[in-house]
Amino acid sequence: MTDQQPPRPLVRRHHWIVRITHWVTVLVLAGMITSGLQIYEAYARFGNRGGPLLPNPLDGAQFPHWSRLGGWLAGALNWHFALMWPLVTAGLVYLGYLVKSGEWRALLFRPRDVPGALAMAAYYLRLRREHPPQGKHNPLQKLAYSSIYALGALAVLTGLAIYKPTQLGWLTALFGGFQAARYWHFWTVWIFVAFTITHVVLVFVVDPASLRAMITGWYRGRFPSHD
Amino acid sequence: MTRRQTPRRHDAKLHEVDRRAFVKVGLAGAGAALAAACGWDGGGAIRPLLLDWSRVNDWVGEKVLFSPTHLARTYSPAERSAMLPSYFISDMTPMLRDPERWRLRVRGLVEQPLELSLDDLMRLPRTSYTVKHTCVEGWSAIATWHGVPVSAIVARCRPLGVARYISFESFDAGYSNGWDLASAMHPQTILAYGMNDNPLPPAHGAPLRLYSPTKLGYKLTKYLVSMTFTDQRPGGYWEDQGYPWFGGI
Repeated sequence: MTDQQPPRPLVRRHHWIVRITHWVTVLVLAGMITSGLQIYEAYARFGNRGGPLLPNPLDGAQFPHWSRLGGWLAGALNWHFALMWPLVTAGLVYLGYLVKSGEWRALLFRPRDVPGALAMAAYYLRLRREHPPQGKHNPLQKLAYSSIYALGALAVLTGLAIYKPTQLGWLTALFGGFQAARYWHFWTVWIFVAFTITHVVLVFVVDPASLRAMITGWYRGRFPSHD
Repeated sequence: MTRRQTPRRHDAKLHEVDRRAFVKVGLAGAGAALAAACGWDGGGAIRPLLLDWSRVNDWVGEKVLFSPTHLARTYSPAERSAMLPSYFISDMTPMLRDPERWRLRVRGLVEQPLELSLDDLMRLPRTSYTVKHTCVEGWSAIATWHGVPVSAIVARCRPLGVARYISFESFDAGYSNGWDLASAMHPQTILAYGMNDNPLPPAHGAPLRLYSPTKLGYKLTKYLVSMTFTDQRPGGYWEDQGYPWFGGI
């Protein structure tokens, strides 16, 4: 369908800081989720002993062996607490880069992105045939990338609330107490998983050239212009 | 209980992705899969590194996050949980043959070693509080505890300047825990002889147990027989098997 068009330009797309923090996050998050599933197994429900439980379809679930890291509770905890450092470091380095370079403007979803987001949604739902014009990221991507960063922050904060519920009692109280903080921490996992599946599918279906851009930094694909 | 599953392969068409890029992604994926495989605890190479790193986390917990004055939230007795699970290492509930002869021995790097009976301990300043118990497994429960602050024992045995740790020892199959002095001196760290307005039951460590809402349950030694002040960091039953040493919350 694009055979008749002039050759696509090769453009510089992702700074090395973005590429490194992206792939570090992929590996660290994989370790965080797998060690987290091992930790979950030790008490696979949410609520004080002898009290009401929070609604959870995964009560008592044991996840497949291949999906758990650490071997047992202590091993999984040590993985989880060690990986906390590179996860937070990657998140802060990435945020610092976005702020310093001004690239946050191309990523942050703002109210003015709402009409464009609706047009993109219509395209994905096949209510619209043409892919709406876009720059580096379309409004739905902005929404996804803004939300996923916020989700990462939520995962870290709920994690700290569980890690030190006495010393950081104010934070634990903010999430509704120790058991509620565990509950939200657990749900961030499934949102991360859903995001990752959608993200990878869209990369291959819509814009496979963006994978190369996230590895080498160079992009030659259908959306060459920057915002 | 464990199910093994073979991950499905997707042969995606990789338009416009150069071979080098594909290999890199493949290696990253393989690394993640390897790490996740077989409930890996890091093996001989990484497990020691994880344990070293756990000591870094201990240091942060002890020196940065722990406050010697911040008190854990307390609850009203009406909020007590209907049940509090109990654990011990022995095959059966550890119980003394002759409770009358039981003494708490306070020893090690102290000016004044002590031998205290339960009556002696009950004559010392008494603290009661209703707090949330937090287990490393992820469960929690609220209960009331009655006892003497560890700081009151410290005031009487007068540790030497070089004493930086206390080892709390039990008659439950050698179970023990090592504590830093700052955590032990926290006003809510007590030697508990009562629970929920009653004498401490055997399932929860009778006649005397360590209690504090600033630590995970596995740090709260039950069935106490002695406290030893040391200048070396003492190990502990679960700590020696890989659980975080500080265990502060």
